[in-house]
Amino acid sequence: MTTAIKVENLGKRYKIGAAPTKFKYGMLRDVIVDTATAPIRWARALANKQPLLEDQPNYIWALNDVSFDVEEGKVLGIVGRNGAGKSTLLKVLSRVTEPTRGTVTVRGRVGSLLEVGTGFHPELTGRENIYMNGAILGMKRAEIENKFDEIVAFSEVEQFIDTPVKRYSSGMYLRLAFAVAAHLEPEILVVDEVLAVGDAEFQKKCLGKMGDVAQQGRTVLFVSHNMSAILRLTEEAIVLDKGKLLMRGPTQQAVDYYLSSGQAQAGERLWDADEISPNAAPFRPIAMRLKDQKGKVIDTVRSIEPVTVEMEYRLEAPLTGLRVGFYLSSMRGEYIITAFDTDDAKQYEKFSARDSGHYISRCTLPADLLNEGRYSLGVNASTFGVQRYFQDEQALAFSVDISGAPGTQWAEPRQGPIRPRLDWNIEKVE
Amino acid sequence: MSELTKHEPTTIYIKPSTGLTALNLRDLWVYRELVFFMIWRDIKVRYKQTMLGAAWAVIQPVMTMLVFNFIFGSVAKVPTDGIPYPIFSYTALLPWGLFVAALNQASRSLTSNNNMITKVYFPRLVLPIASVLAGLVDFAIAFVILIGLMFYYKVSPAWNVLWALPLFMLLAIVTALGVALWLSAINVKYRDVNYALPFLTQFWLFITPVAYSANVISEKWQLVYSLNPMAGVVNGFRWALLGAGNGPDMALWVSASISLVILVTGLFYFRNMERTFADTI
Repeated sequence: MTTAIKVENLGKRYKIGAAPTKFKYGMLRDVIVDTATAPIRWARALANKQPLLEDQPNYIWALNDVSFDVEEGKVLGIVGRNGAGKSTLLKVLSRVTEPTRGTVTVRGRVGSLLEVGTGFHPELTGRENIYMNGAILGMKRAEIENKFDEIVAFSEVEQFIDTPVKRYSSGMYLRLAFAVAAHLEPEILVVDEVLAVGDAEFQKKCLGKMGDVAQQGRTVLFVSHNMSAILRLTEEAIVLDKGKLLMRGPTQQAVDYYLSSGQAQAGERLWDADEISPNAAPFRPIAMRLKDQKGKVIDTVRSIEPVTVEMEYRLEAPLTGLRVGFYLSSMRGEYIITAFDTDDAKQYEKFSARDSGHYISRCTLPADLLNEGRYSLGVNASTFGVQRYFQDEQALAFSVDISGAPGTQWAEPRQGPIRPRLDWNIEKVE
Repeated sequence: MSELTKHEPTTIYIKPSTGLTALNLRDLWVYRELVFFMIWRDIKVRYKQTMLGAAWAVIQPVMTMLVFNFIFGSVAKVPTDGIPYPIFSYTALLPWGLFVAALNQASRSLTSNNNMITKVYFPRLVLPIASVLAGLVDFAIAFVILIGLMFYYKVSPAWNVLWALPLFMLLAIVTALGVALWLSAINVKYRDVNYALPFLTQFWLFITPVAYSANVISEKWQLVYSLNPMAGVVNGFRWALLGAGNGPDMALWVSASISLVILVTGLFYFRNMERTFADTI
């Protein structure tokens, strides 16, 4: 077997938020000042024997000394929580951005489903956009012509192929875009979570296409937060955390490792400043916690007791229309509940405009709600239809213990994520 | 598997580039089709949803020419080396229009295509190059009017137009591309370019012999004046098409060398900045 991708000591460093007080606006003036003071900073750094490239406070290593290789024809899963470096890794592999250190050797063309719809122009027709998009993805004209009919058939927009894409529905647009990307037939395919978009039918088609690609002996890298998809589609996986490669192994092991060590921090998830994108401002998440009735942070919940979900955050400026909420989902990636703190009309009236300050949004999940198993909680802070400030779909994980729950006299697993205590009425009619 | 064994996939090495990156013009050649597609897209989309369409390519230089004709030709009576003022200024407005359009389009080419830059690899040089070359279509349309003007004023170019015009076209493109590379790369990081550009082109117009003849500049300042590469381009166009001025002289060589310097440094600056485009855009 030949090696399709060889990653050696890969590192990628980003400047974060720049020094917050100075150089905030990326203006030319700042550069002039920056350049003028550079010799002083260099001299200082030398005097302190502090290597310039190393851990300066304004820099973050999105990837740090990552090494692995993938054999041709293998499907490798990549898991890790938000900010672990998954997307950066894909960007480096698809040559969108250059690494700061290390090397990658790639055999063949890298195509990614990150590229869906790249270069689409609303004024051009579907036909024209296929050619345009194909050229951007590195296909030759003849290659596009050969596959044109296939692309159109896959996209299911035959009738509208000579209509400007600005008249397309978003579903049609997406299907057409995906069709081109899917027919690029790269030797190495990189799939990020774009599969989350589109209707279920189309998603199935996409996953099918990915399967085909793997069948043909091409190499696939698959990034997802959806553990069931990872388990289903990959045999091997790597776990990334804070830019470092934590482990590599058979998918089941890697997923277990990820779930148990990576994210479940004893019922509490704290956010460091470097984990929060500057786009989140003025919202600053501080913590998400799971507490029992006595206020103790827990990571195993008894299903017969209520449990409190708590989100602590700071607003650095007043916000109108903000809603802070959580997602509750099973480890297989199915959503069970999505709820926001201002769902209630009265709450909404009272808190639709919030001053800057320190807040805790808290809610209690009733007893007898969840079935046995592992669940994850995500957080979302947004204003409806305007902006999503912060989102972490898997902030923390917890287990549910069902001792004492209805039906536990029989030692059998019960289907379904919820296990409510139902009022049964048995009537003898005869 | 069988499909893979048919052709040996090329191996790509991804590593940090240090110092001044190699220009990697080979990659640009591989992606030449993309340059054509981008030019085609630019042209196709440019006059969409406009009433007058491609007529704008003619209206802009003609209207400017009429205004110049009134102010500099009729009111100020600027010397034109004996050439009728309308054709005198229009000949200069052609390469000038190409230059300004190139700067406007190219300086925004990276930022307006940021979704391409953050998602796909391709030589970033494709974008400013395509923007500059797409301007040639407008140039060609406006050129038809010039031919009409030449018939009307009975100005016939000398035979040397056959080699001189293509050469000066090339010089115009080199100059425009050189400045465009600088501006587009700077614009990725500092959007100041957007605000500075209208001012820059306006100022540049004053120091370029578009509305007036370069001969009004006194002898001892001629070399300093020719440090402006567009002066060489505009004088060259007038000489090639109308036989005005003294043709290739010292001043022209100065202008042309400056153009070349801007292009080469622009290429290196662009390639050097290219590393971080996707991160900073």
